[in-house]
Amino acid sequence: MDILYKIFIDPFMQMGAAPDLLVQALWEGLVGGVLYALIALGFVLIFKASGVFNFAQGIMMVFAALTLVGLYEWMARHGVPAPAAIALVLTIGVMYVLAVSIEKFVLRPLVNQPDIILFMATFGLTFVLVGLGELIFGGEPKQMITEQLWLPKGSIDMKILGGLVSLQKIDIAAAVIASAMVAGLAVFFQSTRIGRALRAVADDHQAALSVGISLNQIWVIVWFTAGIVALATGIMWGARSDVSFALEIIALKALPVLILGGFTSIPGAIVGGLIIGVGEKLGEFYWGPLLGGGIESWLAYFIALAFLLFRPQGLFGEKIIERI
Amino acid sequence: MTHHRSDDIAPGDILLAVENVSLAFGGVKAITEVSFDIRKGEIRAIIGPNGAGKTSMLNVINGFYNPNEGRITFAGRTRPRMKPYEAASQGIARTFQNVALFKGMSTLDNIMAGRTLKMRRNFFWQALRHGPALDEEIEHRKFCEEIIDFLEIEHIRKTPVGKLPYGLQKRVELGRALAMEPTLLLLDEPMAGMNLEEKEDMSRFVIDVNNHYGTTIALIEHDIGVVMDLSDRIVVLEYGRKIADGTPAEVKSDQKVIDAYLGVAH
Repeated sequence: MDILYKIFIDPFMQMGAAPDLLVQALWEGLVGGVLYALIALGFVLIFKASGVFNFAQGIMMVFAALTLVGLYEWMARHGVPAPAAIALVLTIGVMYVLAVSIEKFVLRPLVNQPDIILFMATFGLTFVLVGLGELIFGGEPKQMITEQLWLPKGSIDMKILGGLVSLQKIDIAAAVIASAMVAGLAVFFQSTRIGRALRAVADDHQAALSVGISLNQIWVIVWFTAGIVALATGIMWGARSDVSFALEIIALKALPVLILGGFTSIPGAIVGGLIIGVGEKLGEFYWGPLLGGGIESWLAYFIALAFLLFRPQGLFGEKIIERI
Repeated sequence: MTHHRSDDIAPGDILLAVENVSLAFGGVKAITEVSFDIRKGEIRAIIGPNGAGKTSMLNVINGFYNPNEGRITFAGRTRPRMKPYEAASQGIARTFQNVALFKGMSTLDNIMAGRTLKMRRNFFWQALRHGPALDEEIEHRKFCEEIIDFLEIEHIRKTPVGKLPYGLQKRVELGRALAMEPTLLLLDEPMAGMNLEEKEDMSRFVIDVNNHYGTTIALIEHDIGVVMDLSDRIVVLEYGRKIADGTPAEVKSDQKVIDAYLGVAH
């Protein structure tokens, strides 16, 4: 009975006893969740357009952040005025070039191949980008140029519920930027011609071609958009830790988010991200001590596993239709 | 609107000319020096035993394959290499032997996808669902609803097509091709796998499309009875070569065709 008490009663008693701590944990969970959602968004975009899980999304994020910081450092050293703004614009340009190259050299030769082939190709892409990144920018961790990009610093401390809750300004900025991006993308893909074309391409290449959709064009648009999302994610995650290849690992956290939200749903990525973020933090904070702590690293996967058992298409994913 | 140039061609004149087209995959010859033409407003059938190169021929016409040799002239323009979406933008629509639909999307969305090339408004306006883009969307929607009425598929308008029975899927696929307002409609075995009633429905739709929209149709079909009834002229292929070309009556009495279909004693 003691263990049941510790699992089902005690944590909630603690929440009630110190509501300010609960708010703090919820906030941190939500911010983490928004950032997971951003990563997941990159995956969803490409999955929607090509039915392929893009293993390279994580490294694209690192590559984008490295390019941004690398360009900034180079220009600052050479006394170029307004280096941060120029670096940002150039990095967006680099992501476009990357999208065009991926389309030309990876996707186009593999058109009409089974999904697993394209999936393997994204593995190859990962190694190419790792190599390229190390070759150009070196393997040293870099500092994200948060201040230069006009991102706020410091924190807002609020006295609520009889305690002190501290909100990092950078986290607030992340939440705002992520929300804006998500809203923009959702509208773009729901109600534009390109959005419909994109869903068509995801469903059937041949049929899409026959109604006059250019696969090449759609793929460039999608990979470029995923590149922009990767850049935003890279900046936000880079601001919390250093910009290094280790960041790639964080991208794997997007997997449980995707399983939860559904691989094809943009709103799903958001809700999934928030659930994982909040679940992780609350779990770690209130239930973690029961297992000796450290459950944050695996709880997300545990939740995802439970979901796979009962709702494999995720919360918002398109229902899987198979005729037998 | 450059793709309306094919309207200049009068009914009965040559809309598409295939001249000496050959296609090979490595050492396998799919099509060998085939020439024929399709006149504006007619229903043209391409028949032949399995492996005769019929589908390959359609794939060449709509740009999935580029011929190794020969020329294709569509609407007075001889083309070099062409991509499928370019063929589509010039007014060539098609359906597929093994239904190629967007299975996760509804019937309406599938047919709306056929309007892709007709939508001209900037996607920025579309995203805002505002002003001219909204008018345009409504206009296209109306057009698609007409097609849905025409094909008698109102009841499945919102159903994801993956859930539909095969016969209806073929009808939706025809609807999507019609939404493109094609000058030339390619139908690859529109009646394959259908029962008699479904075949009759489909035949009626093919004739109605031809009459009602004035669409030129090229179709591949195995049911010889249907082909003889529907088509104005027939091309017969065997082993990638053309063995006959003419009206149903001419083709029916052609000795080579009879041999190809019934086999010949050696």
